[in-house]
Amino acid sequence: MSTVMSHDEHHGPAKGLSRWLFTTNHKDIGTLYLWFAFIMFMVGGAMAMVIRAELFQPGMQLVDPLFFNQMTTMHGLIMVFGAVMPAFVGLANWLVPMMIGAPDMALPRMNNWSFWILPFAGLMLISTMFMEGGGPAFGWTFYAPLSTTFAADSTDFFIFSVHLLGISSIMGAINIIATILNMRAPGMTLMKMPLFVWTWLITAFLLIAVMPVLAGAVTMMLTDRNFGTSFFDAAGGGDPVLFQHIFWFFGHPEVYIMILPAFGVVSHIIPTFARKKLFGYSSMVYAVAAIAFLSFIVWAHHMFTVGMPVAAELYYMYATVMIAVPTAVKVFNWTATMWKGSMTFETPMLWAIGFVFCFTIGGFTGLMLGVAPVDFQYHDTYFVVAHFHYVLLTGAVFAIIAAVYFWLPKWTGNMYDETLGKWHFWLSMISANVLFFPMHFSGLAGMPRRIPDYAVQFADFNMWSSIGGFVFGASQLIFLWVVIKSIRGGEKATDKVWEGAEGLEWTIPSPAPYHTFETPPEVK
Amino acid sequence: MAGKTIRRMGRLLLGLALLGGAGNALADYTLNMTQGVTEVSRDIYDMHMLVLWICIVVGIGVFGVIIYSLIKHRKSKGAQAASFHENTTIEVIWTAIPLIVLVAIAVPATKTLLAIEDTTNSDLSIKVTGLQWKWKYDYLDEGISFISALDAKSNEARARNSGIDPSSVENYLLNVDKPIVIPIKKKVRFLLTSQDVIHAWWVPDLAVKRDAIPGYINESWTRVEEPGVYRGQCAELCGKDHGFMPIVVKAVTQPEYDQWVANQKMAMAEAEASSAKTLSLGELMSKGEGLYNQYCASCHMANGAGIPGVFPGLVNSKIVTGPVADHLDIVIHGSKTNPAMAAFGLQLNDIDLAAIITYERNAWGNDTGDAVQASDVKAAR
Repeated sequence: MSTVMSHDEHHGPAKGLSRWLFTTNHKDIGTLYLWFAFIMFMVGGAMAMVIRAELFQPGMQLVDPLFFNQMTTMHGLIMVFGAVMPAFVGLANWLVPMMIGAPDMALPRMNNWSFWILPFAGLMLISTMFMEGGGPAFGWTFYAPLSTTFAADSTDFFIFSVHLLGISSIMGAINIIATILNMRAPGMTLMKMPLFVWTWLITAFLLIAVMPVLAGAVTMMLTDRNFGTSFFDAAGGGDPVLFQHIFWFFGHPEVYIMILPAFGVVSHIIPTFARKKLFGYSSMVYAVAAIAFLSFIVWAHHMFTVGMPVAAELYYMYATVMIAVPTAVKVFNWTATMWKGSMTFETPMLWAIGFVFCFTIGGFTGLMLGVAPVDFQYHDTYFVVAHFHYVLLTGAVFAIIAAVYFWLPKWTGNMYDETLGKWHFWLSMISANVLFFPMHFSGLAGMPRRIPDYAVQFADFNMWSSIGGFVFGASQLIFLWVVIKSIRGGEKATDKVWEGAEGLEWTIPSPAPYHTFETPPEVK
Repeated sequence: MAGKTIRRMGRLLLGLALLGGAGNALADYTLNMTQGVTEVSRDIYDMHMLVLWICIVVGIGVFGVIIYSLIKHRKSKGAQAASFHENTTIEVIWTAIPLIVLVAIAVPATKTLLAIEDTTNSDLSIKVTGLQWKWKYDYLDEGISFISALDAKSNEARARNSGIDPSSVENYLLNVDKPIVIPIKKKVRFLLTSQDVIHAWWVPDLAVKRDAIPGYINESWTRVEEPGVYRGQCAELCGKDHGFMPIVVKAVTQPEYDQWVANQKMAMAEAEASSAKTLSLGELMSKGEGLYNQYCASCHMANGAGIPGVFPGLVNSKIVTGPVADHLDIVIHGSKTNPAMAAFGLQLNDIDLAAIITYERNAWGNDTGDAVQASDVKAAR
C-alpha cells in the first residue's frame, strides 16, 4: 500500500448497485427511503384514481365491488405504511445527523436493514392483489371478523407484510432515538435541538410504543385464521370489539406519528422565509409532547358507535377535544412567527402556508368529530374521509413535499425550478381542495364511506371530487420532473441556500458531502 | 348514459360559474346535516351547528390574521422582520381561551349524549340483525320477523354496465323490498346484533347509528314525530356488497301500525300453511330462481360461477350435485369451515329453501333432476 489515497476517494460512495444495496451512509439511505416513498405514493395514488374514476358518476362502470374494496384498502395501507411513514424516516435519515452535527446515524448497519426490509414487505403486500381471491378488501383498519375468518387466503401474506413493515419502523425508531440522544454536537442541549429533531424524537417513542401493539393484533388475527383461536370470534368466546380497541390503541398514535414530523418541518420553513425566529420554541416542544401523550388515551373516539358505556363515551369525548388545545397553540405560534416577519414566498414557504391553512381545516373537523353525540351522524361518512385527508394529504404530505423543496438544494447542490415548483403548488393546492372539500358536504348529506356506488343525490359532489382527484394526481408528475431536473443540474445552490436559513445543515457545502461533521461542530 | 354524464358536467360548470352569486344554482345540493325528525336528531343538529360556528369564527380570526400578515409583512413591501419570539402572557391567554371554548362545547354535548344513551321506558322493541348483505327485523313483542334487502330495480341497475341509468330508478340504492314499519310518537328501542361481520345501522333522519356486532346486543332508540319514509344505509364496511344494504323506515300512525301488524301475522300464517304443499320441479325451479338471485347470487353469482378464491362456484360442485342431504345441511346450517356461508335455515322458510336448493341442483347444467320439497327441508332442520 504505497499509494496514499486522498481522503475523499477513500470515503466516497461505492459504484453501481452495490452502493445502494450495502450502503450504511445516512444520506444514501435517506435517498432510498424517499424514492421508495415516492414510488409508493404513485402506486397508492393510482389506486385512488381507480376509486375516483368509479365514483365519477353513480352506477358501476369500471370495477366490481370486491375489487373496489381492495382499492380503498390498499390505497390506505400503501399511503400510510408505504408513502408517508417511509418519507418521514427518509427525511430523518438525511436531516437528523446534519441538524445535530453527527457524522451519521448511531446504528448504520441496522439502518440499511430497516430500509431494505421495506421494498420486500411492500412487494408482498401488493402481490396479494394477484392471488386467488384478491388482496385485502376489509379497509386499512381491517376490523375483525371481516379480516379474519371472512377474508381471502391472501390475508396471511398481508399479516406477514405488516409484521415486516412494523419491524422496519421499530428499527428506524430505535436508530433515531439512539442518534439523537447520543450523537448531538457538544453544546447542543435538548432545548437547543431543532424542532424537526424534537418532533422525530417524540415520534420515535410513539413508534416503539405502538408498533408492537399492531404486531400483536395481526398475530392474533393469524392464529384466529389458522390455529383455531377465538380472540376476535364471538362464537368461540372472543370479542370483535377487542380488535378495535387494540387496533386503535395503535392507530391513534399512528396518525400522530404521521403528523408530528410534519409539524417539525413547518416549524423550520416558516421562520426561514419570515426571516424571524420561531415564536414560542419551548411551547412548541411542550405542545408536541402533550399531543403525543394525549394520543395514547383517546383511541376509542374512533369507536363511539360500537356501544360503549356512556361513561366511557363521555371520557373519550372530553379527552379527545383536549387535543385541540396544544394543536391550537401550534397554529397560533406559526401565525405569530409570520406576524411582523419579512416574508418571501418561495415554493417551500407556499407549501408550508398551504399546510397551515389546510391542516387547520382538518383540525376543525377533528374537533367536530370528537364531540360524541354529533359523531353519531358523522361517523363512517365522507365527512370523516374529508377530515383525515385534510390532515394527512394536505397536512402530512404537503409538509413532506415542502421539506423536499426546502432541502433539495442541499441534497443535490442545485436549485430546483422555481416556476415549475409554483405550478406544482398551486395546481395541487386548488385541486386537493376541489377533491376533498366537497366530501364534507357529501358526508353531511349522508354518504357512507367505502361504498363503490351511491344514491344519485350525491352525484354532483362526487363528480367534483373526481375532477379534483384527477388534476391532483396528474400534478404530482410535475413534482417528479422538478426533482429529476434538480438532480441533473441547474443553478448552483449556496451553502446557506436560503437567506433566512438557520441550523447546522446550512453550514456545510451544497451538495452535502458524502461524509459530514466527522469532527463535531461546537454549538453555542 | 353518456348524454346524462355530459348534462351533469354541464350543470357542474354552470354551478361553478354561478358560485357565490345565484343561490338557486345550488338549490338541489344538500349542503348540511339533516335536522331529522326526532328530538335527538334536532339536538344533534344544533350541537353540530354550534361547533361549526365556533370553528368558523376561530377560522376567520386565525386565517384573517395570517392573510393580513401575508399581505402586509412581506419583504417585497419592505417589511422588516421584528425580533420578538416569545411572550408568556399571550401564550397563556391563547392556551386558556381554547380550554374555555371546549368547556362551552362539552356541557351541551354531555346533555345530548346522556339523552341518546337512555334506552329505558321503551314502548316496543325491534331486534335488528345484520347479515351479509341485508337486514333482518324481529318485532319482539309481536312475533313478526322478516328480511329486508335492496329492492329488485336498484339491484338490477347496480350491476356493472347494466345499461340502466341510476337516476331513472326511484331511490336508487336507498330502497328495499320490505321496509320496517314503526308507529310515530312511540319510543322504539332497537336491539342490534349481527350473524356474520360487523355492520352499522344508520338512518340519518333518526340520527341513529349503531354497530351491529356478532356476539353483542347493542341498544339504541328513536321517537319519530311525523309520519314519513326515512332512508339510510349500512355504515360499517361489511364486505363486497356493503354499499348495497339500505334501510327504509316507514313511520305511521298507531292505527295504521296496528293494521300492518295484523296483516303481517296473517301473511305469516298463510306462508306456514303453503309450505305443506308439494310442488312440481318446474314450479320449484321458477320460484327458486328469483329467491336464488335475491339471497345467493351476491356471492355465488347469478351464473353460479362464484368468485374464485372467495366464494365457491356451484356449477358441478361436489355438494350441489352430490347427495341431497349434504346440500340441505350446508344451506340450512351453514358451512362448518367457512363462516361466510350463513345458516339460511334461520332466515328462510321451508318452501323457499326447497325452491332454492332445487334450483341450484338443476340450473347451469347441474341437471340432477332432484325436486327437493318443503317436507324434506323440515325433516333436515
